[in-house]
Amino acid sequence: MNRKNVFLLSLCAFLVVISLFVGSRGGEFGGADDLIEERIVEIDENYKPWFNSVWEPPSGEIESLLFALQAGLGAYFIGYYVGRKKNVKECGYVFKK
Amino acid sequence: MKNKKLFLFLILFLLPKIVYAMHIGEGLLPPFWAALYYVLMFPFVIKGAIEIKGAKEKEIKMLIALSGAFIFLLSALKLPSVTGSCSHPTGTGLAAILFGPFVTAFLSMIVLIFQALLLAHGGITTLGANTFSMGVVGPFIAFFTYKLLKNKNRNLAVFLAAFLGDFTTYIITSVQLALAFNKAGFLSSFIKFISIFAVTQIPLAVMEGILTVVIYEYITKNASEELKILEVK
Repeated sequence: MNRKNVFLLSLCAFLVVISLFVGSRGGEFGGADDLIEERIVEIDENYKPWFNSVWEPPSGEIESLLFALQAGLGAYFIGYYVGRKKNVKECGYVFKK
Repeated sequence: MKNKKLFLFLILFLLPKIVYAMHIGEGLLPPFWAALYYVLMFPFVIKGAIEIKGAKEKEIKMLIALSGAFIFLLSALKLPSVTGSCSHPTGTGLAAILFGPFVTAFLSMIVLIFQALLLAHGGITTLGANTFSMGVVGPFIAFFTYKLLKNKNRNLAVFLAAFLGDFTTYIITSVQLALAFNKAGFLSSFIKFISIFAVTQIPLAVMEGILTVVIYEYITKNASEELKILEVK
């Protein structure tokens, strides 16, 4: 990890923190998709969703479990890829077509 | 010291509330529109699937999986934004730059199916519309932005591609909603919907741009052979 990347990643973390501070004045950090439904009802008050989710996570905890799983799967593979490449470099394996 | 306490307070009390985000929810688009977007996005997904199947080299397959993993990771991160609501990045910029919009359409649909079935986030009826915005239009914009700027400044090209790809996704989402719900005229509906996302999405799109620059630089350093093959294609 070089210095530039450390700087860029810190910048991301900084953006999250700033957003959290600025945003805490404006709202409760609900999801933007809840607002969609509100706006639809504003425009057309008779509209009802015509289909419900096949399955919903029974609680916020279960939902965050599944989101963590999704992020974990993604991060797992990225780590695997990076480790694999590093191994290739250090063991002198040559790229094969 | 006081700020530190305030910060901890915020972390403890606000973070657990961050439990939603923002594709078009299940059943929210009328059947006609839901079907239309399925028809529109399908050819792109099919072409993407064929392209992925056609990738012979193992290292290229690994790189496709890497860009898929990047979408998985980023679209699971629901981040707070300056407006006080939460949204998530799309992560599609990397795949669009490396493999073009078709492969990205396929990868996005996989992620959206996962979220629709397991997380009640987005939906099966709105899968077409969400794939169309996140997997087709956004990546097309990202792809051409990169093509246009890559010879001038590569980092800037990657950043803008990811930033615009992310942002366009939400513009298209607003267009889709405004087309379906416009009793008081398309434009006023569009403004109503885009105002949910526009400001919220900007800091997230910046973050997505930065993260894409970091991972893309890693790829140019460690997977230059693969990039050569891809540029020939």
